[in-house]
Amino acid sequence: MLEALYRTARALPLGRPAADPAGSGILIRPAGAEAHVSLRVRDPGPSAAGLPLDRPINTVSGDARRWIARLGPDEWLIGSDEAEADALPAALAADLGERPHAIVDISHRNVGIDVSGARAAVALNAGCPLDLGEAAFPAGTATRTLLGKAEIVLIRRPGPVPLYRVECWRSFSTYVHGFLTEAARSAG
Amino acid sequence: MAQPFRLSRGGRIDRTRPVRFTFNGRTVEGVHGDSVASALLANGIHLVGRSFKYHRPRGILSHGSDEPSALLSVDRGPGRIDPNNRASVVEARDGLKTLSQNHWPSLEHDIGAINDLLSPVFVAGFYYKTFMWPKKFWDRVYEPVIRAAAGLGKAPAAPDPDRYANRHAHCEVLVVGAGPAGLAAALAAARTGKRVILADEGPEPGGALLHETSAEIDGRPAAEWLDGALAELDSRENVILLPRTTAFGYYNHNHVALAERITDHLPNPGTAPRERLWQVRAGEVVLATGSHERPLVFSDNDRPGILLAESVRVFLNRYGVAPGRRIVFATSGASAYTAALDAKGAGLAVSLVDLRAEDECGPELVELRAAGIEVLTGHTVIGAKGGKRVTGLVVAPADRAGRCGAHRLLPCDCVGMSGGWTPAVHLFSQSRGKLGYEATIDAFVPGTSAQAERSAGAAKGTYDLAACLAEGDAAGAAASGSAERRRFTASPTLTGFRPVRAMPTDADPAKVRAFVDFQNDVTAKDIGLAVREGFRSIEHVKRYTTTGMATDQGKTSNMNALGIVAGKLDTTLPSVGTTTFRPPYTPVTFGTLVGPARHALFDPIRTTPIHDWAESHGATFENVALWRRAWYFPKAGETLHDAVARECKAVREGVGIFDASTLGKIEVVGPDAAEFMNRLYINPWLKLEVGRCRYGLMLKEDGYILDDGVVARVAPDCFHVTTTTGGAARVLAHMEDYLQTEWPDLRVFLTSTTEQWAVIALQGPKARAVIAPLVGGIDLSPEAFPHMAMRSGTICGVPTRLFRVSFTGELGFEINVPSDHALAVWEAVHAAGEPYGITPYGTETMHVLRAEKGYIIVGQETDGTVTPDDVGLSGMIAKAKKDFVGKRSLVRPDVVAAGRKQLVGLVTDNPKLVLEEGAQIVDDPGQPIPMRMLGHVTSSYWSPNCGRSIAMALVADGRALQGGSLHVTTPEGFARVTVVDPVFFDPKGKRIHA
Amino acid sequence: MLLIACPHCGNRPETEFRCGGQAHIARPADPAALSDEQWAEHLFVRANPRGVHAERWCHAHGCGRWFNALRDTVSDRFLETYPAGAQPSHSTDVRA
Repeated sequence: MLEALYRTARALPLGRPAADPAGSGILIRPAGAEAHVSLRVRDPGPSAAGLPLDRPINTVSGDARRWIARLGPDEWLIGSDEAEADALPAALAADLGERPHAIVDISHRNVGIDVSGARAAVALNAGCPLDLGEAAFPAGTATRTLLGKAEIVLIRRPGPVPLYRVECWRSFSTYVHGFLTEAARSAG
Repeated sequence: MAQPFRLSRGGRIDRTRPVRFTFNGRTVEGVHGDSVASALLANGIHLVGRSFKYHRPRGILSHGSDEPSALLSVDRGPGRIDPNNRASVVEARDGLKTLSQNHWPSLEHDIGAINDLLSPVFVAGFYYKTFMWPKKFWDRVYEPVIRAAAGLGKAPAAPDPDRYANRHAHCEVLVVGAGPAGLAAALAAARTGKRVILADEGPEPGGALLHETSAEIDGRPAAEWLDGALAELDSRENVILLPRTTAFGYYNHNHVALAERITDHLPNPGTAPRERLWQVRAGEVVLATGSHERPLVFSDNDRPGILLAESVRVFLNRYGVAPGRRIVFATSGASAYTAALDAKGAGLAVSLVDLRAEDECGPELVELRAAGIEVLTGHTVIGAKGGKRVTGLVVAPADRAGRCGAHRLLPCDCVGMSGGWTPAVHLFSQSRGKLGYEATIDAFVPGTSAQAERSAGAAKGTYDLAACLAEGDAAGAAASGSAERRRFTASPTLTGFRPVRAMPTDADPAKVRAFVDFQNDVTAKDIGLAVREGFRSIEHVKRYTTTGMATDQGKTSNMNALGIVAGKLDTTLPSVGTTTFRPPYTPVTFGTLVGPARHALFDPIRTTPIHDWAESHGATFENVALWRRAWYFPKAGETLHDAVARECKAVREGVGIFDASTLGKIEVVGPDAAEFMNRLYINPWLKLEVGRCRYGLMLKEDGYILDDGVVARVAPDCFHVTTTTGGAARVLAHMEDYLQTEWPDLRVFLTSTTEQWAVIALQGPKARAVIAPLVGGIDLSPEAFPHMAMRSGTICGVPTRLFRVSFTGELGFEINVPSDHALAVWEAVHAAGEPYGITPYGTETMHVLRAEKGYIIVGQETDGTVTPDDVGLSGMIAKAKKDFVGKRSLVRPDVVAAGRKQLVGLVTDNPKLVLEEGAQIVDDPGQPIPMRMLGHVTSSYWSPNCGRSIAMALVADGRALQGGSLHVTTPEGFARVTVVDPVFFDPKGKRIHA
Repeated sequence: MLLIACPHCGNRPETEFRCGGQAHIARPADPAALSDEQWAEHLFVRANPRGVHAERWCHAHGCGRWFNALRDTVSDRFLETYPAGAQPSHSTDVRA
């Protein structure tokens, strides 16, 4: 029960967000405590722990509670509800069995920030050099890239309004959050 | 209303909306739609500046971004002063303050104008000729005087209060220039549904159509066609239309940089950013950048009131301003005739002088004479009259050989001159396309493309309106993959001209001041002199005379300069070639380039989860790579020295707590993990037991130390690797490189866990006692948990990888906990340590403590040329290993040769003297200069625990010098030191095993 | 800024990449068997051609994979990119 206890005590690096600080219609919302796993495996088979491993590179599957983004030929970033933090790695390991793999808990390394709104892509493009147009970066796309001087993972989720998840390392989160806020102010 | 030169009708201005700004303190009234230049001209103000070198009075030459002379300082309020703005592109608006430049005490009465009388001194290369002797005068006299006199405008002193934005954008077709060709291109591309960006530097798209009052397109007035085109582009979601946006740089792979000016023209900018840098990646680029008119080169062609002919037309037609009431057009081509017709139509007194003979002229001649305008064909311009304003033009008949007839004075208050047109090929040239010389239009035009781009319209040397439209349409269609082509009908454009370099004259050459480069004050004579002095390459002529080197980069002057050089060398223009066009096309503010990367967003500032605690406990911080690390924790009244002395004692006598979270961490996982470690580190790894640690040293292939750190074996197939703070990314990249490209067969995966684990170092004899009550699941006894062991368990209920390691030489633990729990654990450990006098310490104390023990720091004792043996660590090398990265290099001849610098300790004769890090070391301070340097001090501190200063140094053959004396430079002279072993404290290492 | 076709991710801007210098220089299987001259050649001597050059690139801020590319050093045009360990389909005149 210790674990349930300490998890409630996680001190996240970004405070609670203001609703729309810039009045830009772009919502920048730091995510709550989530579990994150880096999965590395070379010959993965079709799935593990119910998560697909056979999707193309730079795509994301699943929903907001449990998702898996393929970042490279043998690399996946998995996000899930905090409650799954122990069960998920175990399930992955069980399914991968003897296949050489690495499952590394990076729940505290990664910080998520959700960016949404009709002009969310414009704000992201203040620092992200990728083509975020509908054709090049549709919902379901996920990739590691840059935002200004920070490395991020950018995930676009499906939804009625454009919705992006920006993931960065913990110590870059202040910069990334500040950058996005400034970008939203200038997104007009 | 003032504005005596405002026409009663016409122009794209709103006479019902007056705007007021100041020029040199005087209020100037213009109307909405004016540029500062047009508003000044509406008020009859022609004298707007003094020239760079000779301080000659200068006026407004052009209506566009090629303006070389009318440079103003623009003041938009506190901190918002920009020098060197072209009056022709600054939009007039309420509240603007503009100032002329380069004069003292005033524009009208300028002391510096004496330079004009001294012009024989200031010839080309005067710098190199005049200030040569005596040599010592350079520093004391010449340079200070030149520095004071040089420069154009004044740089602002206050910080820039504006915000600037950056945007990456992608499109299938980028069209640069929204004149007729650009608009036709954008329309054609837009109709395919592809993403189109159309950028134009002006406040209003339209280019030459904005002052086209007589021509028709497809049976409609040009202005109506323009409105229709803009309305269509505006209605399409796939089009981004950017006015006030200059494409200033064309880089690799169709990466084009645009500067968008967002708020300068607004009286109340609000919170919007001032400017935005667009970094556009385009599938295809259409360059419809237009062309620049060439001035004529004749004596005193720089007098205020002398404008380019087309610019006269622009001021008349677009701004409803007459630049004069009596205008003489001087030309060698047809386009000025159109301007003359429009001037006549505006009710002004007009005459025209054409260098071309009667039979060289086209239908324009008949047209002009029919309109009742006097035309002097076969006439040259000998020179201009007037000082601060042109009062007349001296003309004379001239035959093709340049022989001049009788002079005649044409009184006037304005001259419109035209020496033909130069396509604006700057961006094409920046794209690395090859220019070709087109003799029929005497111009360099885009030739072979290097990137996916095409030029259209005047930028390509096509001047006829219908042809420009067709060419633009074809370019836009081709760029967007459309096979559709449209036809256009339009009024014919008067084109054609005779290239002329300098106007024929019979005046005394010594007295002729005919300007080629108006901004840098370069005359035709200067260029001739450069050629006479032996300069042949146009690049050399350019640098020697400075022609084309001003902020306008010679937009109006380059072709005249080239032509004069070619003439003097008696060769053709293409064989002289052109100089290189470089970004930016027009000046770009630093703010635009910097964008949001200022203040907190200049660089990421990385902080640990314990940062706030350290801050609230008074820590002073230092920068380590992008990290902010607690440097020391001064108590009230303590200096750095006091605080560090206290912290150092506390660790050795009790217990200290240190935030080591910034250490790089890498999880190395996989069946071949041990083999991988074996190949990368100098140490042996195969037999390291699970739960044990080893200090690892890693080399580059050249044998020099790359990084170090403690590594724990977590499981047979899992290592917890630590790296230096600054080396974390470098080491991971180094590992990935070898893993992927040299040993892809190894089944190993690398994951950075630097930020997953925060690290709380607890060091000192009392460390075990402090954590004992907090730790779960780990036997802390020395037998069960010896030095260099690692155990997994809990601390404060939080999972931990607990390392028993030490970088201080004391009993120590490094508590790895997940970052989000680090602060809670830190606070709990700190509280538990209070009965033991626990002392938080920073990086300075960490450095001193490790130096007392002789532990190296990579990057301090090493500098990329240091081998393990150099720092006394060759014992760590696994002798049995056949190979590891860097091993072969350790027997390279220069690595095994005698005389290498080796790590030693130094103690000064005077125990209170702390040497400077980096100080040089010699054996005999009495030797003649240059002395033989033996090495340098790498680390130097006051050691509270030794009660004296200590230092580490790299010294040639240092280990053999133990016990001997050396001398180290200090600000007060040489200090004598004794060479000792670099372990200063607890040399037997007993404390660490406590 | 170059546009580089990562074999896994497609066209990406240069800022996401790290260049690793000349490609196709394999680490010798047994460095100890090399003479000092041979080892120095392996370590330090690289081609610097005017024209087509085979280079190593890493999509560091992307998929993290190393790959090879043929780039014309005059025009900066990429002829092709291909996985590490593979051979290019275009020929190069580059031989170290």
